[in-house]
Amino acid sequence: MTIRKRRCAPVLEPVAGNGLLDRRALLGRGIMFAGAVSTGVSSSPTTAAAEPLRDDPWSLETGSITPALQTPSRFEKDVVRILSNPNGEPRTSHARTPHHLLNGTITPNSLHFTINHSGIPDIDPAKHRLVIHGMVKQPLVFTVDSLARYPMVSRMAFVECAGNSAGMFSPQPLQASVQALHGLVSNAEWTGVPLSTLLEETGIDPKATWIIAEGADSLALSRSFPLKKALDDAMVALYQNGERIMPGNGYPMRLLLPGWEGNMHVKFLRRLKLTDQPGMTYFETRTYSQILPNGKAYRFYFVNEVKSFITHPSFGQALKEPGYYEISGIAYSGNGRVAKVLVSADGGKSWAQAALQEPVQSKAFTRFRVPWRWDGQPAILQSRAWDEAGNVQPLRTQFVAERGEAAKVPNVFGFASQHYNSLTSWAIDNKGEIKHVYA
Amino acid sequence: MSMLKTTSPLLLALALASHPAIAEPPGLGKPVSEAEIKAWDISILPDGTGLPAGSGTAEQGAKVYAEKCVACHGEGGKGGINAPLVGAPPIKSIDATKTVANFWGYSTTVFDHVRRAMPWKTPRTLTDDEVYALTAYILAQNKIIGDNDVMNAQTLPKVKMPNADNFIIKFPDKI
Repeated sequence: MTIRKRRCAPVLEPVAGNGLLDRRALLGRGIMFAGAVSTGVSSSPTTAAAEPLRDDPWSLETGSITPALQTPSRFEKDVVRILSNPNGEPRTSHARTPHHLLNGTITPNSLHFTINHSGIPDIDPAKHRLVIHGMVKQPLVFTVDSLARYPMVSRMAFVECAGNSAGMFSPQPLQASVQALHGLVSNAEWTGVPLSTLLEETGIDPKATWIIAEGADSLALSRSFPLKKALDDAMVALYQNGERIMPGNGYPMRLLLPGWEGNMHVKFLRRLKLTDQPGMTYFETRTYSQILPNGKAYRFYFVNEVKSFITHPSFGQALKEPGYYEISGIAYSGNGRVAKVLVSADGGKSWAQAALQEPVQSKAFTRFRVPWRWDGQPAILQSRAWDEAGNVQPLRTQFVAERGEAAKVPNVFGFASQHYNSLTSWAIDNKGEIKHVYA
Repeated sequence: MSMLKTTSPLLLALALASHPAIAEPPGLGKPVSEAEIKAWDISILPDGTGLPAGSGTAEQGAKVYAEKCVACHGEGGKGGINAPLVGAPPIKSIDATKTVANFWGYSTTVFDHVRRAMPWKTPRTLTDDEVYALTAYILAQNKIIGDNDVMNAQTLPKVKMPNADNFIIKFPDKI
């Protein structure tokens, strides 16, 4: 009966090669997909309906005790971060977000990526202090409790390691999941005190132009950022998705510099010093400066530029049969809102505009989606994003011409270079297996 | 918001002024003197601002290195389980190893990083003289200064690093 009702709805034809359908199919009710009646319904017989439905054991007994702190179902045990240094050797530890196993735009706190250069400090919030000093009128010290009494703001923001997607600098495409390749970016709602509020209280020496931020970790990790950013949208964040910040993300407080490279969002924040010059710290002049093909290097890249990648389907998620799938992924820009995402299923020959999930927020994840009918033939999936400032994700040839490729194939957890924001291509063969390719 | 539209500008101004979150900061920061912050104020700026009293030479640094650094950074700073401190392999690709001699732009960064972050297991336990000595040792082993040069607050910022002029500010308008 429902089929008859649907026949009245407009039928949407493919809008780009290899079966990409019109995004409007996702937006309104009563719109049907071309071919759904003739092939789709009949080609996807569901065996579940053929089996008798009955009560399983869990439906016939009282469930478990309600825990104070809930955790995901035991059936979701594979939804975890992958670790670069599980045994805590004396080096940096990365934990990458499993984007292919998540949906929507919010990264659960337990799955937010972390990079810790010298372990996670066990900070007693009652003893933690934040000092603001240097070129100010009055140096001030704040406790966690005193900051929690300030007027707060909440905003969505992605945090992305400058080295996220570094494996994409490999001269050959690494056969690795979206988690391994792009797992060093996550998105959360951050709540805290605008840094401008605190600087209003300390006063600012008119000659100050930079702030050096420092953490309470054993490295006293230190990064400099322009005062201009501090007065724009910087925040001293206390909460992450509604709860206190995770230890690995900077408990009890971190600097948030929306849209800028993750290392600058100094965690365990204990000191902000206003100066008239950058500190030229280890992490800004060594680690997070990028060597260019001509031997020079970028310094103070700061912004994570417009980027997108497809999470569903992606490497490791084989398609079981031809038919309907939703292609979806994540887009974001450190320069503002995502304006448009195009998706290709034929390696960039033709493109379909993706639906953007509202609300589209500045410097935050935007989920994009395109309906797709896979015909069982080889396909290459790509996404390409534009932001409201008019920036576009560079094609790989353009990107490599400027930034170069690594001389040797790197470890997937390595950092050949940083600030990769070109395209990611997933090639699907006629068996539905997905490989990572450059296209 | 609808209330704002129907309220006279004068009343609106009064309403905002009486709202502490908008009119003035809460004033919960406790005044503190720079003297009280001194133990935490370890930032060294590239012009030498913040460098403490004290001094050291490469010879003195070699002894400290052998005791406190060699386990991770290897004999003579050639690298071990952690990064080499000595050596300047030419930068021939974007994934070249970045070393003090082939990449770092500022000599002050050596002092700043060693003092704040090293040794790995016992950071901020070195004396300022030891940090100057280690800085001298690393710079001398890399032939950036002479074996007998003394590093202190005056000499260190004047040391020009070989790669200093090879950096490009990516987005000058953001600064």
